[in-house]
Amino acid sequence: MTRKNIICTVCPMGCNITVKADGSEIISIEGNECKRGEIYARDEFTCPTRTLTSSVLVTNAKEPLLPVRTEKPVPKAKFGECMEIIKATTVHAPIKIHQVIIHDLAGTGVNLIATCSRDV
Amino acid sequence: MREIKCDVAIIGAGPAGLAAALSAKEHGAKDVLVIDRDTDSGGILQQCIHAGFGLSYFHKEMTGPEYAAVFREKCDQEGIRFLFDTMVTEVRSAREIICSSTEQGLVKVYTGASILAMGCRERTRQNLRIPGTRPSGIFTAGTAQRLINRQNEMVGKSVVILGSGDIGMIMARRMSLEGAKVKAVVEIMPYLAGLTRNKVQCLDDFGIPLMLSHTVTRIMGHKRIEGVYIAEVDDQKQPIPSTEEYISCDTLLLSVGLIPENELTKGAGISTNAVTNGPEVDQRMQTVMPGLFACGNVVHVNDLADNVSIESELAGKYAAMYAAGTLPEAKAQLNVIAGEGVRYVCPHHVAVTDEEAVIRLYFRVSEPGRKTILKARSGKKEIAAREVRRVSPGEMDHIDIHTQDLTGDDVVICAEGVK
Ligand code: SF4
Repeated sequence: MTRKNIICTVCPMGCNITVKADGSEIISIEGNECKRGEIYARDEFTCPTRTLTSSVLVTNAKEPLLPVRTEKPVPKAKFGECMEIIKATTVHAPIKIHQVIIHDLAGTGVNLIATCSRDV
Repeated sequence: MREIKCDVAIIGAGPAGLAAALSAKEHGAKDVLVIDRDTDSGGILQQCIHAGFGLSYFHKEMTGPEYAAVFREKCDQEGIRFLFDTMVTEVRSAREIICSSTEQGLVKVYTGASILAMGCRERTRQNLRIPGTRPSGIFTAGTAQRLINRQNEMVGKSVVILGSGDIGMIMARRMSLEGAKVKAVVEIMPYLAGLTRNKVQCLDDFGIPLMLSHTVTRIMGHKRIEGVYIAEVDDQKQPIPSTEEYISCDTLLLSVGLIPENELTKGAGISTNAVTNGPEVDQRMQTVMPGLFACGNVVHVNDLADNVSIESELAGKYAAMYAAGTLPEAKAQLNVIAGEGVRYVCPHHVAVTDEEAVIRLYFRVSEPGRKTILKARSGKKEIAAREVRRVSPGEMDHIDIHTQDLTGDDVVICAEGVK
């Protein structure tokens, strides 16, 4: 049996949740003060996801970088692969906020989008 | 000298200035002018490319640039004027501001009311006095953030971060993603300075150790920093020599707090509060100088931009009323006092007027606590109470009071269950 400690970040309470599992099968979830924490802990245990934010190079604009983020959370385990693609990317201004920069980033099915406009 | 006239002038185009500008416009100010020394609006949000903004204000998670863009777009729709590349050099009075612009030289602004929204800056190593050499490779976390996120300059490969403030933790994640090794986040207090969610998402996610009750005792290296000595501290925050250990690194980031930027405020003859380092304001965000308002981190350092926006909307509203001559006159002024368990409260005063309103008092507790009762008293009378499951000095709390309940005595805020 394995135990995993998870701090819930859904609200500022920050409950310390313990997930007990047999392999990938969850046996118990304890320490959460509410239902939302249980859902969070389950997701964190099976496949933790996060919105990834970074920046890509932009040419033809006043600033050298364009801030970007994934449109939806992506699996944490994919961060390394995502970053490699992001680092190798250069775009050309003008760029509109929320424009898609990379479709289906690293096979996650999630797009990378601009979080800022860049005029020429 | 060129002269400009407006109804409300705002110094700073960051989250505070943008929200204040929109609110001033919405409350009747026709000509709103925002002055900023940067080339674009957004202030610090331009470099805060991480998510975590807007959760309480917009009920969705956004990045800093996206949060700023929503406000800026509305400002443009409303015809709010911006003066960029322009440094305010003097606030002569609530109605007269002198600034120096790259394009227009010296400019004199005549206004109906003014709002200070200059934000804050970081504490530096000079404020800390760490012994050792003076090599390169030491940055404040915000400077590193600007270099990496706006200027495309990577600052180092192996990093120690002093202070568990939010910007430091966010930079720990950012530098890890960029391929740097963050060896430790060292915090002198026995508890985290920033938000818990940042510890989880920025440190735990990347396996970065958080060393509470520890500090950097010495900095080593000649041209470039080569390492730091860290040690555990005792109850008096004094390093325990036997616990000293060496960590090699080429970069030290300081995330040890923010200081409201109040040179202009002081120049205008307004003193700052000893705890918050900002001007004292009433519930309308008016400083002791009639017609001069202040909001956001220039008043007190906030942990969430969302709170800054809400508070700045008050400044904008009441500045518009002052400019129009409709601001209700204060018949008396009550002090708002930090009582047991509370470090400071903002606003610092309540102006007693005919306006009946709910006043939201923001405060920080002095120590972490669980199952805490937050209370507001006016003289001996309890006028508000609320139980919260958890409080932390790193997370701002609030309590609402009603003007009808005020007794004419000072208002005291307490947090019971906190030392
Ligand atoms: S479990 Fe519920 S109460 Fe605890 S932190 Fe998560 S959301 Fe908040």
